[in-house]
Amino acid sequence: MHEMAVTQSMLELVLQEAEKAGASKVVTVNMVIGEMTGIVDRCVETNFELLSQDTPAKGAALTFRKVPVKARCRSCGHVFHPAEILWQCPRCQSTELELTGGDELYIESIEVE
Amino acid sequence: METKEIKVLKDILSTNNQVAEQNRRLFADRRIMAVNVMSSPGAGKTTLIMRTVEALKGKARIGVIEGDVSSSIDAEKLGKAGVTVIQINTGGGCHLDAGMVNVALHNLPLDDIDILFIENVGNLICPGGFDLGEALRVVILSTPEGDDKPHKYPLLFSRAHAMVVSKSDLLPYVSFDLDEFRRVFQGMNQKATLFTVSGVTGEGIKEWGQWVLQNLERVRKGERILA
Repeated sequence: MHEMAVTQSMLELVLQEAEKAGASKVVTVNMVIGEMTGIVDRCVETNFELLSQDTPAKGAALTFRKVPVKARCRSCGHVFHPAEILWQCPRCQSTELELTGGDELYIESIEVE
Repeated sequence: METKEIKVLKDILSTNNQVAEQNRRLFADRRIMAVNVMSSPGAGKTTLIMRTVEALKGKARIGVIEGDVSSSIDAEKLGKAGVTVIQINTGGGCHLDAGMVNVALHNLPLDDIDILFIENVGNLICPGGFDLGEALRVVILSTPEGDDKPHKYPLLFSRAHAMVVSKSDLLPYVSFDLDEFRRVFQGMNQKATLFTVSGVTGEGIKEWGQWVLQNLERVRKGERILA
């Protein structure tokens, strides 16, 4: 449900960047979204359609580059994607893990006209 | 018309993060320790705050920002106990953001507050992404919820400074394996201090209160706790 707040912030950033570039229309918004953020693409799209009415971003295509959760085992150094509900190194079974990816939430680029 | 690509590379929540930094500076200037309290609904956020108020009576002045989707039941409970409290109703929103906290701050007697508990909306997902400007993040997990929760919500659990396992008086009746929880949680988060508490028997409240006071001392010395 936090997609509404995320979409609102995203749209504000997009409009600022488009204005800075003197663009009249935003064609595409390319985002990078870590799996751990729990963001649901479809929700962002729906919110974006609603919020972007009457803005230069209306009708823009959204792309989501998903980054899987990534962990590094501090015991054996193995880097892996933790299985859905198991927080354990598949190589040595240690739970001494460090999160190294999956919390990303940023706009990589926009395409404008 | 020709399309051109503009590199942005900006955090989507950067506006929130900027306001959070404003809040953080304001807290630091006034030597207030802000504590973001997060858990699922019913884990015992309000109860932990109430017990903390009792435990720290005469040692620290406590204020509370009470975040709820709707209603002011919790705020009334705290108000009756003599706590300075302000209610934020998010109107359906699943988390507090830095802007909401900023507005609330302007309506609180900040000169009379040493510790400000910010009771987030009950939810283990959404609050994790929103910095409020707090010095400390506390996550509460109640024993009936089960010891497997860190597997499912690593974002929230891995970033906590204190982990409070609540309703310890129910341990004999529920299948919560405290050792297994500790193993997984501490593997995920080395810096957090783990507490086992009960609002009913009072177990662990004293230790928790001491930890809160130790951190308050650091804030009073102007140390920045949060990395």
